[in-house]
Amino acid sequence: MSIQEFLIPLLAAAVIAGTPILYAALGELITERAGIINLGVEGMMLMGAVSGFMAAVSTSNPWIGLLAAMLAGGSLAFVHAFLTITLRANQVVTGLALTIFGTGFSGYLGKAYIGIPVSKPFTATPLGPLADIPFIGPVFFQQDVLVYISYVLVIVIWYFLYHTRTGLNLRALGENPAAMDALGINVFRLRYIYVVIGGMLGGVGGAYLSLAYAPSWLENMTAGRGWIAVALVIFALWNPWRALMGAYLFGGIDALGFRLQVLGVQVSPFFLKMLPYLFTVLILVVVVARRKGRLATPGALGLPYDREER
Amino acid sequence: MNRPTLKLEKRLAPSPVMVFIIPLISVLLALLLGGIFLSLTGQNPLAVYAIMFTDSLGSKYGFTETIVKAIPLSLTALGVAVAFKMKLWNIGAEGQLYMGAMGASWLPLTYPALPVYLMIPGMVVLGMIAGGLWAFLTAIPRAIWKVNEIITTLMLNYVAILWVDFLVFGPWRDPLGSNFPITAPFPEAARLPEMFNSRIHAGLFFALALAVILTIVFKYSRWGYSINVIGSSERAASYAGMNIKRNILWVMFLSGAISGLAGMAEVSGIIGRLQHGISPGYGYTAIIVAWLSKLNPLAILIVSVLFGALQVGGYAAQVEGVPAAVATMLQGMILFFVLGGEVLTNYRVVLVRQKGEELRK
Repeated sequence: MSIQEFLIPLLAAAVIAGTPILYAALGELITERAGIINLGVEGMMLMGAVSGFMAAVSTSNPWIGLLAAMLAGGSLAFVHAFLTITLRANQVVTGLALTIFGTGFSGYLGKAYIGIPVSKPFTATPLGPLADIPFIGPVFFQQDVLVYISYVLVIVIWYFLYHTRTGLNLRALGENPAAMDALGINVFRLRYIYVVIGGMLGGVGGAYLSLAYAPSWLENMTAGRGWIAVALVIFALWNPWRALMGAYLFGGIDALGFRLQVLGVQVSPFFLKMLPYLFTVLILVVVVARRKGRLATPGALGLPYDREER
Repeated sequence: MNRPTLKLEKRLAPSPVMVFIIPLISVLLALLLGGIFLSLTGQNPLAVYAIMFTDSLGSKYGFTETIVKAIPLSLTALGVAVAFKMKLWNIGAEGQLYMGAMGASWLPLTYPALPVYLMIPGMVVLGMIAGGLWAFLTAIPRAIWKVNEIITTLMLNYVAILWVDFLVFGPWRDPLGSNFPITAPFPEAARLPEMFNSRIHAGLFFALALAVILTIVFKYSRWGYSINVIGSSERAASYAGMNIKRNILWVMFLSGAISGLAGMAEVSGIIGRLQHGISPGYGYTAIIVAWLSKLNPLAILIVSVLFGALQVGGYAAQVEGVPAAVATMLQGMILFFVLGGEVLTNYRVVLVRQKGEELRK
C-alpha cells in the first residue's frame, strides 16, 4: 500500500470524524464568548442526535431532521440560559444536569428507534471542480453537505467575531458585561440568544452522528464527544480556526485507531478506543502548561451577571 | 407614578426553611413534568409511577434492593462532596469506582488463599489507593497549572471503563467462564458478608461510618475548616496562609479513594468477581445526590435511598415496557428544579414600587 493510499482515506476520515466535534465546539465557543459555560454539550448532542433521527425517519427528509436537532439542542440550551442567567444557578452543575437529563431523555425517546435505518441520510456529494484537486479534493471536497456547511460556518463565525461590531459586542459580553450594560446593551437578552445558538449547533453536531457519520440511533452514541468539544474550546483558545484544526486532529486520532485495527496491528482494541480520551487529557495539559495557565479565557466566564453587584 | 416590579434581593444567610422545602418540591415537580412527558409518549404516568414505587420502596424485597443501590450511590456521593466542598469539580467518580473495583479485585485473583482478616482489609486499602491515584492523576495538573479538572476527570472515566474491559476480556478473563467477559469468582474470604436475609452487604457500614467521620471532619477539624475556606474564597485562604496546592492534591486523592471504596464494595459485596459494566452510572447520579444534599454527608445517606429507589423503580418500569432511561430523565429533571429553586434559598423575591418623584415647579 502506498503512502497516498493510506493517508488520503485517513485524512478524509479525520474530517468526517472531526465534523460533529467541530459543530459542538463552535457552539460552545459562542456560548463561552458570551460569558456562559455550558457543560451540557454532551446532553444537547444526544438530544440533537435522537430528535434529528426520529424526524428524519418519519419524514424521510434529513433536512427536517437537522431542523428538529437544532430545535432540540436549542430548547435544552434555553433551559440552561433560564437557570443560569435569570435564576443565577451554578453554571457547572446546571450543565451537568443538562447532560444527565439529555442522556436519559434521549435514551427514553430513542428506545423504539434502535436498529431502524434512516431512508435518506446525508451522503457524500463531490463539490464540483474542487473535488478534482489532487490530494485536497478527496480529503475536503468529496464529503457530505454538512461538512461543507461547517467550513462556511467557521469562516462566518471568525468574520463575525473579529470584523463586525456585533461580534465585538459578543466578545465584550464575556469580558466585561457591566461595561456593556452601561452602554445600554441588554446583557441578559444577548446572553440568552448566544446560549441558544450554541445549543442549536450542539444539536447539529449530534445530528451529524445519527444522520451522516453512522446513520442510526444508539443510546449514548456521542460517547464523550460533547466533552471533547468542551476541551477543544480551551485548546482552541476560543478561536474558530484553531477549533477547526483541533477538531480534525481529534478526528484523525479517532480514525487512526479504527484504521490500525483494520490493518491488524497487534494492539488491543480497548487501547485504541482509549486514544481520543487520553489524547484530550494530554493535549489539554500540554496547552495549559505551556501557557502557564494564561489562556485568554473570557474574563467573566462562568460568573452570573448581577446588576447590583457591579 | 407607581410601577411595581419583581426584584431579587440577596438574603444575608440562606433561608433554612427553603433548604428543606426546595428539594421536596423539586422532586414533586419533576415527577409532575416527567408524568407529562410519559403521557405525551403514550404511557400512563400513574401506572408507571405506581410500579416504580411498589417495586422499590413499597415492598420488603424492593426496599432491600433500594438499599443495595444506595450503598455505592452514597459512597460515590460522599467522594464527590468532599471535592465539591473545595469547588474541585471532580466528576470522575464513575472511573474512580471502576479503578477501585479493579484494585480490590487484584488481591483475591492473585492470592486467593489469603485468610479473611487479611483479604477484606487488603481489598479495602487497594481499592481506595487505586481510586485515589486515578483522581490524583488529574489533581497534579490542576494544582500546578490549573488544568480544568472537569474535563480531565470525565475523560478518565472512559479510559477506566475501557481498562477494566481490557482486563476482563483479556488477561483477567476466567478460563472457565465460557468466554464471558468476567474474572474467576472470588473466594469466600473476599466477600463482604450479606445481612438481613437479603443482598444488603457490610458495605452499608462503610457508608454510615464515612458519613459520620466526614461530618465530624467538616464541622470540627481544622483541616475541614480550611477546605471550606478554600472553597468559598481561594484568595482569602491564601492570605490566611493555607497551602492550596497541597490541599487540592489531598482532597482529590481522598475523593477518589472514597469512590474507589464504592467499587470495592460492589465487587466484594454484590458481584463477587470483576466484570464488564459493574456500574449503571452511580458516579454520575452521585453528582446529583451530592448537590441535592447540599454536600452534607448525613443528608447524602437519605437522598441516596431516594435515588436508589429511583434506580430500582426504573428497572421495574422496564419490565413493563417503559425504557429504564426514565429514571435518568427524572434525575436530571429533579436537579433542574433544585438548581432553579436555589434562587429562593439565596434570594428573596420582593415586590418593589418605584416611586417617581413628582416634578415641582
